[in-house]
Amino acid sequence: MDFGKDLVAASATPLVLAILTEGDSYGYAIIKRVAELSDGHVQWTDGMLYPVLHRLERQGLVAAKWRASDSGRRRKYYRITKEGRAELTVQRQQWQVVDNTLRGIWMKARTA
Amino acid sequence: MTTFADRPPLEEQIAQWRVFLRRRRAIHGPDVEELEGHLRDQMAALTEAGLAGDEAFLVAVKRMGSLDALSREFAREHSDRLWKQLVIAPGAAGEPLEDTRTETVVVLCLAVAAALAIKAPALFGVQFGGSGDAFYARNASLFVLPLLTVYFAWKRGLDVMCCLWLALSFAAAALFANVFPFETGSDTGALTALHLPIALWLVVGVAYLGGRWFAGHGRMDFVRFSGELFIYYVLIALGGGVLTAFTMMMFGSIGMNAEWLGSRWLIPCGAMGAVIVGSWLVEAKQSVIENMAPVLTRLFTPLFTVVLLAFLATMAWTGSPIDVEREVLIAFDLLLVVVVGLVLYAASARDPQAPPDFFDRLQLLLVVSALVVDVVALAAIATRISEFGLTPNRVAALGENLILLVNLAWSAWLYAQFLQVRRPFAALESWQTAYLPIYSLWAMLVVIVFPPLFAFA
Repeated sequence: MDFGKDLVAASATPLVLAILTEGDSYGYAIIKRVAELSDGHVQWTDGMLYPVLHRLERQGLVAAKWRASDSGRRRKYYRITKEGRAELTVQRQQWQVVDNTLRGIWMKARTA
Repeated sequence: MTTFADRPPLEEQIAQWRVFLRRRRAIHGPDVEELEGHLRDQMAALTEAGLAGDEAFLVAVKRMGSLDALSREFAREHSDRLWKQLVIAPGAAGEPLEDTRTETVVVLCLAVAAALAIKAPALFGVQFGGSGDAFYARNASLFVLPLLTVYFAWKRGLDVMCCLWLALSFAAAALFANVFPFETGSDTGALTALHLPIALWLVVGVAYLGGRWFAGHGRMDFVRFSGELFIYYVLIALGGGVLTAFTMMMFGSIGMNAEWLGSRWLIPCGAMGAVIVGSWLVEAKQSVIENMAPVLTRLFTPLFTVVLLAFLATMAWTGSPIDVEREVLIAFDLLLVVVVGLVLYAASARDPQAPPDFFDRLQLLLVVSALVVDVVALAAIATRISEFGLTPNRVAALGENLILLVNLAWSAWLYAQFLQVRRPFAALESWQTAYLPIYSLWAMLVVIVFPPLFAFA
């Protein structure tokens, strides 16, 4: 499914933060997880995730650390911070409001 | 992952992709590493799913997104990176941490040494202000240039023989600056003060080039270094002026006169230390920021050309001759210095392979108009030279005029040849760099021969 640019941008933050609540992760694994959770419907251009991660890092919502991976290469792992969890709660409430509103309209449209 | 290790062409492709990524200013080294890690993970997954190595590479690169879009996104997040920062942080230039630290310590020690050196004569009763001023003026360069030379000798790892020669040059300079019995307020003494730094700058250049003055393109690098140092020095001096003004103002506000602190310590010590610190900054930043001197050259070449042409036109129109006064010769010398500087720095920033363009024509026009103006001025002076008699100042100024005139005349010829595609631009560049020692040699002549020749007047 092709999402508009704005929707991708808006949903990236809660998606990344939510995935990081499952445990520390790195870029490639986050993208794989997004595809998995959405049954392959949400497909990002891979490179675009990294500016998002760097923005979250700058805002203090995630913290990053280079660690050695099993392949021997260094990998940058991201961890959600306390501020990140607080932000995720806020965003979750906002998305739920949007979701409920849309649901309400669509239910009415179906019953009408 | 082992699947890729035994496929060198694939590794080459990844390396090439990495190089493309590195070229983007908004994407820094660690980001490249992070993205490469992603690419390799993606490729590993795709190979496992049955794709061949190069197919996996193509798909993985495609999924990464276009480099332009990627670099735009990075630039949006890291807009600060588009402003190249002069960070003298460990490993900024890919050097090991230890080396950067050692260099910082060495530079700071040398800067402090230069600041203290200028105060050393005061211990022996030679004070600023009054009788000591002539001594300080003649020796100013000797307080700092040897230390600057030590810095380059250390940095370039000069051999003992070369260091010995450099030290000998400074010793000789100190001798000629101080053994002559200059009269009070003598012209030859003032000429020595002006010319000694020019002569010694060649010695600094030899150290800068690691003792190999005649090898390769190094001399042009030294020209670039000198221009950047000048700009840095002016900026540091501006900052120092602000610092001094605040010091005076603040201490003045509590009823203390801090003038002695400013004029005896802050300004002289700062002026010496700034040479070392400025040189270090130029060394550290040469790969970081675009050079400023060529930018200023581009800006001022058209302006100077317009002014010179307007001057010539006005003189031809009104027919008024040049009023030959005392300072006129010096003023025209300075004009030639500026024009030679413009030519030199335009050459320093030009790609020698590029074909002639509009700016080259403009340069030729500038050089020719400067030559015409100078010849007119010289003719005016020559008609009255018998009335003047020969004073040391006049001989020095005439000599310098002649040296610069020769340089510009031949430069104009080379420029004309280059514009007709008869000679490569490199000819002009090598003419300019080959000419550099002439300035220092003439300065040496003025320092060594003039005082006895004019009886230390």
